[in-house]
Amino acid sequence: MLTLTHFLILSCILFSIGVAGVMIRRNIIIVLMSLELIFNAANISLAAFAYYLESITGTVFVVFNITVAAAEVAVGLAILVAVYRRRKTVLVDQLDEMRY
Amino acid sequence: MDVWALLIIPIVTSVVIVFITRKWKNLSSYLSIAAVIACFFIVLPYLIEALGNPHMHGHEQAFTWLKVSGLHIKMGTFIDSLTVVMLCIVTFVGSLIHIYARGYMEGEEGYSRFFACLSFFIFAMLGIVLANNLIMIFIFWELVGLASYLLIGYYYQKPSAADAAKKAFLVNRIGDFGLILGIFVIYYATGSFNFGEIEHQVMAGHVEPWTMGLAALLLFCGAVGKSAQFPLHVWLPDAMEGPTPVSALIHAATMVAAGVYLLARISFLFYMAPPEAGIVVAYVGGLTALMAALMALAQSDIKKIIAYSTLSSLGYMVMSVGLGGTGPGMFYLMTHAFFKALLFLGAGSVIHACHTNSIWEMGKLYPKMKATGVTFILGSLAMMGVFPFAGFWSKDEILSTAFDSGHWLLYGAGTLTAFITGIFITKIVLLAFFGKKRYHGNPHESPPSMTIPLVVLSVFAVFAGLAGFPGLEPNFGSFIPSHGHHGPHHFNFLVAGISTLVVFAGILIGWKLYTGEAEPAHRLKAQYPCLYKVLENKFYFDHFYDGVLVAVIYNGIGKILNFIEVNIFINFLINGFAYNVRVVGRALRGTITGQLQHYALFMVSGVVVLVLIFLQYFV
Repeated sequence: MLTLTHFLILSCILFSIGVAGVMIRRNIIIVLMSLELIFNAANISLAAFAYYLESITGTVFVVFNITVAAAEVAVGLAILVAVYRRRKTVLVDQLDEMRY
Repeated sequence: MDVWALLIIPIVTSVVIVFITRKWKNLSSYLSIAAVIACFFIVLPYLIEALGNPHMHGHEQAFTWLKVSGLHIKMGTFIDSLTVVMLCIVTFVGSLIHIYARGYMEGEEGYSRFFACLSFFIFAMLGIVLANNLIMIFIFWELVGLASYLLIGYYYQKPSAADAAKKAFLVNRIGDFGLILGIFVIYYATGSFNFGEIEHQVMAGHVEPWTMGLAALLLFCGAVGKSAQFPLHVWLPDAMEGPTPVSALIHAATMVAAGVYLLARISFLFYMAPPEAGIVVAYVGGLTALMAALMALAQSDIKKIIAYSTLSSLGYMVMSVGLGGTGPGMFYLMTHAFFKALLFLGAGSVIHACHTNSIWEMGKLYPKMKATGVTFILGSLAMMGVFPFAGFWSKDEILSTAFDSGHWLLYGAGTLTAFITGIFITKIVLLAFFGKKRYHGNPHESPPSMTIPLVVLSVFAVFAGLAGFPGLEPNFGSFIPSHGHHGPHHFNFLVAGISTLVVFAGILIGWKLYTGEAEPAHRLKAQYPCLYKVLENKFYFDHFYDGVLVAVIYNGIGKILNFIEVNIFINFLINGFAYNVRVVGRALRGTITGQLQHYALFMVSGVVVLVLIFLQYFV
């Protein structure tokens, strides 16, 4: 029997993996993918709450989020390609121009 | 709205001269003259109205200038007979002096600047006269101070002129400080700046007597500064560094009389306040009158002598107002404006011819300068108060007021002043126009633009006194609204007789001392060198102020304040804070690494901390 708790645990695991990925991976593409994981962890918990509370709001939010995420990934990848063309690198620790 | 034109015309003229017509000297001077004459014609209808009805109802109009919670200031104008008298003096004497200045200033550097400043002065002076509230008076009070500063320092390359301008401004500031405190006290007591409302409150007895006394004396401080009363009289003789028309217009006829005008405006305060307030004012005036007359004796600069006689005349007016005689004070102010302007302009004409200020380098000018000579002598007779010239009637009213008040000391001081005035005015006339020839070069009569104003002024210097002729009804005394206990003025033959006697005695002594080679005067000087030195050094007031006040304030308190400023404010507060901010900034700079993931780490740890706090306290 699946309960709300199971979904929330899954969401939590995905979120943690995402945060860890953002903080420790050097490759900017992986960082971007980890961001998507965080995003979708939030989506899962929203959908689960919507299901168990029998409210349509959460589901609507999820659909909305997916749309926005798609647009955001498009912009993010475009910036990434532009950065790569200019700097010939995709490693975040080398992109440290914005310092004192 | 024509009242506002009185302010708008001069200021617009001044601005236009400064910004547009500065290059065209003649155009600038004509503009300035036209502006002041236009003002005179605007004033005329009011004069006619006031002459027809001496107790004319005041014209008042106002607009809201400032409105914040609890403070509502209206700017406006108020015209009653007192205002009309001042308006006429300022615009009429002003017109004549503007015309005179066209001739006198011929060929001077900054000709247009001079006329721009004159127009600015007319603007500021009319503002004082027209104001219906204390705030407006204070603003224009400062503006005439500025005009005076600019015109005293007209020859700004000359250090003495620049110093004199600075001195006039600073000394006036001391008095103005009292003035603004007085305005605060009045606002505190009555909740209004408007003269009508203040008067209503005061006359209704809503204000405590000691508050009124305090307010009256504080406002009097302003008058002490502007009208150059003891102990702030030191700036006026130095102000003679300015061009002579300025001395005539600002430092004799109009601006210095503003203090007396202010006292006349607030005479209801003195009426309702404890009598001591008025007595203080009267004694300051009497002391100034006598002291200034004594100082005038030992001077040799023609303008300075006349300046000291102005001081003593101002002392007369202040004394009269202090004794409750607003009418006599204003009457003297009016006649004084005519004959003192005449004396200054005559002196200017002489200086113009001889290129020196020292009366010891003139002598026997009368055959060369007949028009100047005759008008100057008429002015002198009016100044000394010889029957039936203007000064006789007005001085007599003041002396009668002092006589009736029972303050014998003041009456004595006034009479003694009249005596001394007789001596030194005779001295000027004899040394400058008669006696032995001592001038250099070839002096000649001044151009008509200078002599015509002299002639016009001399007519007024002779006849203006008849406005206060005792047999005339209504005469000048009933013209001025007075709260004093003095009813209609009665001609006092005893007072008039004594003052005429002492004046003739003064003239006689002056004649004996200064006729021909002025031998007796030199002998007297050699006989009493100490006395002469004290008088020549003006009772050492300037030495006292320089030696004591400047030394203590500038070198003592000033150095301490400088030490506090440098060490506490600059080194500790300003530089100290800046230093600490810099150190902290340098330390915090290490956190800005530019590494994206460091920032992410900070963010996540922040969120974790917030969540932990939330769980701890709110769940």
